[in-house]
Amino acid sequence: MPCVSADGKPTSTGMATLKSLKDESLTPEEVSSKTGQPLFRVRSGLRELKNAGFVEEREGRFTLSEAGKSILR
Amino acid sequence: MINETKDEEKGLPILGKKAPDFEALTTQGTLRLSDYKGTWLILFSHPADFTPVCTTEFIAFANIYDELRKRNAELLGLSVDSVSSHIAWIRNVEEKMGVKIPFPIIADLNKEVATKYGMIHPEQSKTETVRCVFVIDPESKIRAMLYYPLTTGRNMNEIVRLIDALQTTDKNKVATPANWKPGEPVVVPPPATAEQAEERLKEGYACKDWYLCMKKLPEGE
Repeated sequence: MPCVSADGKPTSTGMATLKSLKDESLTPEEVSSKTGQPLFRVRSGLRELKNAGFVEEREGRFTLSEAGKSILR
Repeated sequence: MINETKDEEKGLPILGKKAPDFEALTTQGTLRLSDYKGTWLILFSHPADFTPVCTTEFIAFANIYDELRKRNAELLGLSVDSVSSHIAWIRNVEEKMGVKIPFPIIADLNKEVATKYGMIHPEQSKTETVRCVFVIDPESKIRAMLYYPLTTGRNMNEIVRLIDALQTTDKNKVATPANWKPGEPVVVPPPATAEQAEERLKEGYACKDWYLCMKKLPEGE
């Protein structure tokens, strides 16, 4: 998995995605331009991070969840 | 209409139709067709990992990857092998041949995606996918298909040329002639009425006759 490893922790790609959301809510396209990751990987990664509880989605924009904020501290 | 529906049920893709949806395990995680929305996608199959022609093709696909990305196009491979097999193979290719495979590869062990896209041709192999290429546009429509037999490696220049041709057609509402390359004259769509055919000859195109007119696009188009 590109963003969440088998033990449920974010991978380095996952951490880069989480960091891009540190202070703002972003669309996948915005995360892609901020991190330089291809859009398809960002979409797939955000889905994984959401399923793992690290990010939340509202109307196509993604923000850090409490768990996501906590792992960046 | 009935035949079209039957073809779709059989999983035979049709040019201009929506590409069959999928969610698949790949070497870069679980990917869905919708993850590629807004991007051109070249979905291609190969018969099997650790086989000679496929290895030459993967190196060649890796070599055109940057050119494709400049054109907003992504590559996605597929075979009826496991993720572990794909990983072992691409690590071997990198170690022995010095080429990193940068794009994901679907592990289609249950042949779900292969069946939807008509990638298995039993006269070639009952268990392996033939060498297919599906060009899927940013709206997820199938725009071109290539089917090659197991014995024949594909031509990467043609795949890049195909993307260039389709993007040029979309942008300029023109067609492209045989062996066309970017920068060369394009074909003006044929007139639909006798009146248009008459007018066509006065429009300043390079016409051999009313039905075969070419024009040069502005630089960069």
